[in-house]
Amino acid sequence: METLSGNLLLITFFMYLLATIFFTVSVTGKKWRNKQGDMSGNRWGTFGFITTIIGFVSAVGYFVTRWMAAGHAPVSNMFEYTTFLGIALSFAFIILYGIYKTNVLGMFTMPIVMLIIAYASVFPSEVEPLIPALQSNWLKIHVTTTAIGQGILSIGFAAGLIYLVRTLDFTARGKKVFWLEFIMYSLVSVVSFVLIRYIFAIANYEASFQYVDENGNDAEMTYNLPPILGPNEGELLTDGAMQPLLSMPAWLRSDDANTVLWSLLAGIVLYALLRLILRKPIGGAIQPLLKGIHPETVDEVSYRAIAIGFPVFTLGGLIFAMIWAQIAWTRFWGWDPKEVWALVTFLFYAAYLHLRLSKGWHGERSAWLCVIGFAIIMFNLIFVNLVIAGLHSYA
Amino acid sequence: MNEIKCDCGHVNPYGTQLCQNCGKPLEEKGKNASMVDMRYEGAARRSQTYNKSMVDKIWNFFSSVKVGIWIIVLTLVASSIGTIFPQEMYIPNTVDPAEHYKDEYGIAGQIYYTLGFHNLYGSWWYMALIASLGISLIIASIDRVVPLYKALKNQRVPRNEAFLKRQRLFGHTTVRDADNTLDKAKAVLKGKRYNIREENGSLLAEKGRFSRWGPYVNHLGLVIFLTGAMLRFFPGMYVDDIVWVREGETEVIPGTDGQYFIENERFIVELYDENDETFQEALERAGGPTVKNFQTDAVLYKRADTSVVGTTPELEEVKEEDIRVNHPLRFDNFALYQLDYKLNELNTMTFSLDNRETGESIDTIEIDLFDPKDEYDLGDGYKVVIDSYFPNFEFNDDGEPSTTSSIPDNPAFIFQMFSPEHPDGEYSFVGIQRNEDVFKENDYQMSFRDVNTKNVTALTVRKDLTLPFIIVGASIFMIGLIQGSYWSHRRIWIKQKDKDVWIAGHANKHWESLRKDFQSLSDETGLVMPEDKLKQKNDKESEGKG
Ligand code: HEM
Repeated sequence: METLSGNLLLITFFMYLLATIFFTVSVTGKKWRNKQGDMSGNRWGTFGFITTIIGFVSAVGYFVTRWMAAGHAPVSNMFEYTTFLGIALSFAFIILYGIYKTNVLGMFTMPIVMLIIAYASVFPSEVEPLIPALQSNWLKIHVTTTAIGQGILSIGFAAGLIYLVRTLDFTARGKKVFWLEFIMYSLVSVVSFVLIRYIFAIANYEASFQYVDENGNDAEMTYNLPPILGPNEGELLTDGAMQPLLSMPAWLRSDDANTVLWSLLAGIVLYALLRLILRKPIGGAIQPLLKGIHPETVDEVSYRAIAIGFPVFTLGGLIFAMIWAQIAWTRFWGWDPKEVWALVTFLFYAAYLHLRLSKGWHGERSAWLCVIGFAIIMFNLIFVNLVIAGLHSYA
Repeated sequence: MNEIKCDCGHVNPYGTQLCQNCGKPLEEKGKNASMVDMRYEGAARRSQTYNKSMVDKIWNFFSSVKVGIWIIVLTLVASSIGTIFPQEMYIPNTVDPAEHYKDEYGIAGQIYYTLGFHNLYGSWWYMALIASLGISLIIASIDRVVPLYKALKNQRVPRNEAFLKRQRLFGHTTVRDADNTLDKAKAVLKGKRYNIREENGSLLAEKGRFSRWGPYVNHLGLVIFLTGAMLRFFPGMYVDDIVWVREGETEVIPGTDGQYFIENERFIVELYDENDETFQEALERAGGPTVKNFQTDAVLYKRADTSVVGTTPELEEVKEEDIRVNHPLRFDNFALYQLDYKLNELNTMTFSLDNRETGESIDTIEIDLFDPKDEYDLGDGYKVVIDSYFPNFEFNDDGEPSTTSSIPDNPAFIFQMFSPEHPDGEYSFVGIQRNEDVFKENDYQMSFRDVNTKNVTALTVRKDLTLPFIIVGASIFMIGLIQGSYWSHRRIWIKQKDKDVWIAGHANKHWESLRKDFQSLSDETGLVMPEDKLKQKNDKESEGKG
């Protein structure tokens, strides 16, 4: 069952890859004429959408079979949660494509979905037993609803990104272009993170440390990447592994910090390479492909995504979370970092809605806000989960 | 204050921007603009109208969305600062916070502590932020909902041309048969579930007006929620306590005025089976046992009405239930949660009084470590007296034997052993792993024979009377949020004079959907598709740029 589940996920991944290609062709390719001779765009968008649906059905298969194998809903560790978030994002895309039929949204969203699923795959993927605190239906309801909410909100980001790439003036080198390129660099870093993890995993790289943890006890930690950043008072146990250049304080998860550093460095290399090949900012290289896109439509898509996603996120990330916390942790709110960041996300999107509604922050400003919102969601997923260990820490 | 009279004869209250009756712009600004500002239907709002007294100024301050956004953003920033280092409640409570933050996080930690960020969410200024959020929500909502409600309720069907022309979606068509076109349009819009009103050749089709109340409903829910959160600080609303219960024992539940008691019949910790196929890999990686369940088999008792406070209570069983993580035991606004435990706590110890020379055992005594007797008479002139008892033994700073607590984690005794040979008694010191006679010349000794242990469970006792507010507030909030987000308010005006037909449309959001409705209308009736002024404006601007 577990093998079947893994294979279904693989199928999903390749379907999404195909969908990405189809959507890209539909946006950049030639327009076709239909029988009456009207320009009607080409059919690649429809193919992309169908492939997406097939991939999504396969993803549902993955979810169900893994649930059957584990005996509990597969949203209880980093691998499972992140994978689910990727699937939720593709689900959100299907909804918004249904409303607006914008192919360019698929061209931007599907690669992000793939990236998230690939990111998930670097975490240990075996089926884990549930510790008592996680044995709750409310927890599952909370986690799945939150992920779906975050998925829909992320569509706002994808649409915002399209808006920016479509409208920014890349010939002028200013703050805006810098930050847009920074987003591109961040995405490239995630790609390089996945690549590096796989390269060192194939090489079977390991470096073990004896160190002193945050409670002052001796503990062991194993790195899967060469340790640039070592643990607190760490002593290298593996022969021939690299000696860390810097030692981290006990409260920080040094192996994760090390991984982040590696990704950022590799990201720089990959990004520089891309710039050399393209000879322009990455955004500027994509821009000509988006000539035919109406900025107003993309703007409305991003707002619509947030208007749909905000209630779902609130319900899952705050209300169901409170119900679960009341049952499992004796109080509905405890100012745990993860909770606080869900609140921050909520407040941020509330501010977004008010700015848009009353201050008329449409178009470009709205798009930048969508980018920041997505950054907050990702920060919560990656940084708060891995680095600030709290009640919710999965890994 | 001056009332404003419109050309149509209607008298509007001071501050009105669009005539309540015909929609004609009343202010110069509106008359010259290409689009009317449809927000709140151009109705007079208190905050836009008065700014004289102190009350006006406070009202205007809190009703401003700009101020509201600032409050939201400040709360957001403050909240995130609180996650930089752990809050005080998450650091071990055995350490001094001032030292802890400095030692763990260096100079940054010290600054964090000095600024009071270690207890940020309970600080007066954080509370003040939340309170002003609440005030802002109330004032901003009242300021808008009243005029909006009146304006939408009293809206008239025929509108001034100036009003129609200045809508974002506006189109003009000359038709052959106006009546027929209007009938067709009506049918199309009915099919799209618009509510339709007609008056003198004018038509108003409206849909989803209730979604306009969404924001106010959700703000109301938030206010109720915040009120509930603040009530926490009233005495009696909130109980947060812990009770430790040993197996087989019954303890009074704190916070219940001695009315309820809890018995721990058994406490267990279950582990996952390491040979379980499904989880084998994960269990191996974890490298140690993984807990499957913490459980207290509990019985809840209530004091019988007849029993007198102060005497040993008579108890009536209320219910028997397993308390597990995620499965609290609930009764009467209270809940008991599995919080902590201690396995194999020492409970009784058995010793024998032996003759050292012959090895003969005189008799055994069993000592209840929580309630040791002063003396144990063994008959025939044998007797054991507990001279001193140290439940958690250690040598204090002066080198004297002492105890650090009353929990028998490391019990030690000084026994006085009486025997026919020694009617004055011999002294011996007995603890775990040690047995010393004090003067090194005893004929008798106390030998350790046996020990009985029990598991102890710790339960959180929780009462939270603010929960109804929280639940009602959160529910209303969600209803309002969905109401405002998943529906939109769309209106279509059609005005006909002879062969001329004007159509105009307004949506409070999601214009694309309104445009689709117009598209169907245009397809079915031949009325021209209205132009989108905003899109045109933007296109012009971007042309200008490009
Ligand atoms: C965290 C707190 C808040 C939340 C979650 C919240 C939520 C919302 C939502 C969801 C909407 C509808 C937005 C849309 O349809 O796009 C809205 C509208 C609005 N909010 Fe808030 N709000 C909050 C705080 C405030 C505050 C402090 C003010 C005070 C100025 C305020 C004033 C308004 C106004 C004036 C509207 C527009 C109402 C209308 O269109 O008739 N909100 N709010």
